[in-house]
Amino acid sequence: MPVPSADELARRKKLEVGPETVSNQASTDFPGHWPGENHEWNLDYFRENFQVQFHSQEPLDLSFSLIGIDTSVANAFRRILLAEIPTLAIEDVFIYQNTSIIQDEVLAHRLGLIPLCGNRDGLQWMKWYQKPTEESEGSGPQPSDYNAAVLNLDIACTWQEGGLERAVRGETDPDKLYVNHNVYARDIVWQPTGKQEDWFPEGDGIRPVHPDILLVKMRPGQQIQLMMHAFKGIGQDHAKFSPVATASYRLLPTIDIIKPIVGADAKKFARCFPKGVIKLEEVTSADAQKAPELGGKEGEPKAVVDDPMKDTVSRECLRHPEFKDKVKLGRVRDHFIFRIESTGQWDSDELFLESVRLLKVKCQRIKRGLDEMMK
Amino acid sequence: MPGQPGRVQIIDPTSATGEEIDAAVDRDRIRVLAGATETAASFQFDGEDHTLGNALRYVIMKNPDVEFCGYSIPHPSEAKMNIRIQTYDGVSVYAVLEKGLQDLMDMCDIVEDKFRAAREDFKDRMET
Repeated sequence: MPVPSADELARRKKLEVGPETVSNQASTDFPGHWPGENHEWNLDYFRENFQVQFHSQEPLDLSFSLIGIDTSVANAFRRILLAEIPTLAIEDVFIYQNTSIIQDEVLAHRLGLIPLCGNRDGLQWMKWYQKPTEESEGSGPQPSDYNAAVLNLDIACTWQEGGLERAVRGETDPDKLYVNHNVYARDIVWQPTGKQEDWFPEGDGIRPVHPDILLVKMRPGQQIQLMMHAFKGIGQDHAKFSPVATASYRLLPTIDIIKPIVGADAKKFARCFPKGVIKLEEVTSADAQKAPELGGKEGEPKAVVDDPMKDTVSRECLRHPEFKDKVKLGRVRDHFIFRIESTGQWDSDELFLESVRLLKVKCQRIKRGLDEMMK
Repeated sequence: MPGQPGRVQIIDPTSATGEEIDAAVDRDRIRVLAGATETAASFQFDGEDHTLGNALRYVIMKNPDVEFCGYSIPHPSEAKMNIRIQTYDGVSVYAVLEKGLQDLMDMCDIVEDKFRAAREDFKDRMET
């Protein structure tokens, strides 16, 4: 059975980026596509060829590459990250008093979007809450310690001591006049119920990830008094449940310099790309011997690709006629540079592992259902 | 994983006591659409979308016994996903679908292992 050469394989998985077109996008690694070649699913082949490379890792920001995997699977992980990993967010708001100028429903919406965090094991222990529908009103599980967190916000804006006199004298800085005129996320107080006390240790309770999110501005005499229920949910239902600020991938760019670019052109060429993509090297006599067009140009700068990963594929270089036939841009179809930014409830690396686990559970459930059906 | 080997335990995320999801729930999520034969059938999955649809289509197409495989979401406001499989002579579409699911699960295992290994490598590299 013929096995394509490494060059041929590299050519097949390279998307070509032209000034206005992208070609060779679809993957062709299926049995029957290339006559005589075997593209059957092979676990050992996948194990040997699949690679993961980490680029940077912080608790809330992760960048890594998946190499040698099909778009459909990489995209499944991305979609699960965005929409199917459960997180805790404020869902119900019971407003007892709101005399601020923000309407109840707008305030409730703002509260819902606050990212919450807390002890990981405790959050894992918490279960989903299934809202009763109109038909099943009153039946089913009620909000309880294992599926709901109770949070309170009770705050009133007042004059500072002597604030009124200062205002009469012409002082306009709110910080010198009022108390609690800015309501921040840190003013939300969690009220542990039942077993939550055991699961969330002191100092690691349910709280906003960022204490400085501004919720409302008030003036003396205005007051907010409300209770919130935070439930678990998924991004598919509402974006506030999405565990990521964003999870995205891009394909690794390639830049092939076909004919040497030297002299002033080389500097111009480097300026067509972000910093660090193209570096300038001196033309050596060895270079000149290899390529006849470099003869007599020893010592001049020559454009060399340094780090294509930094490229944004702006295609700027293709706008200039002098580079037109000297460079080919492209992307590698099976090299996904992932970027996962967590909102704070999960660590970003754990998020990816969870997405892989969830895809597997999806398959398991369908497989089990199929077995049941065949019985 | 606890329980008998080969048996899958899937915990209900809404139950307080960590009960298992009844397999009958998943059975009711799958339908074989009308006109199915042993070598050509369309399946309908409730509550699935492009996430599983496209990935499953890819692994099933990797099977040399498969003549055709495609998926569609018939209407965007119905959470249903259809997958069509046609096989060459004498190969059961049910076996092909099961193999596809199994292959996808094996792939997930490798991705997880390699990701963990790369994370360890990166940690070591950053410390030194």
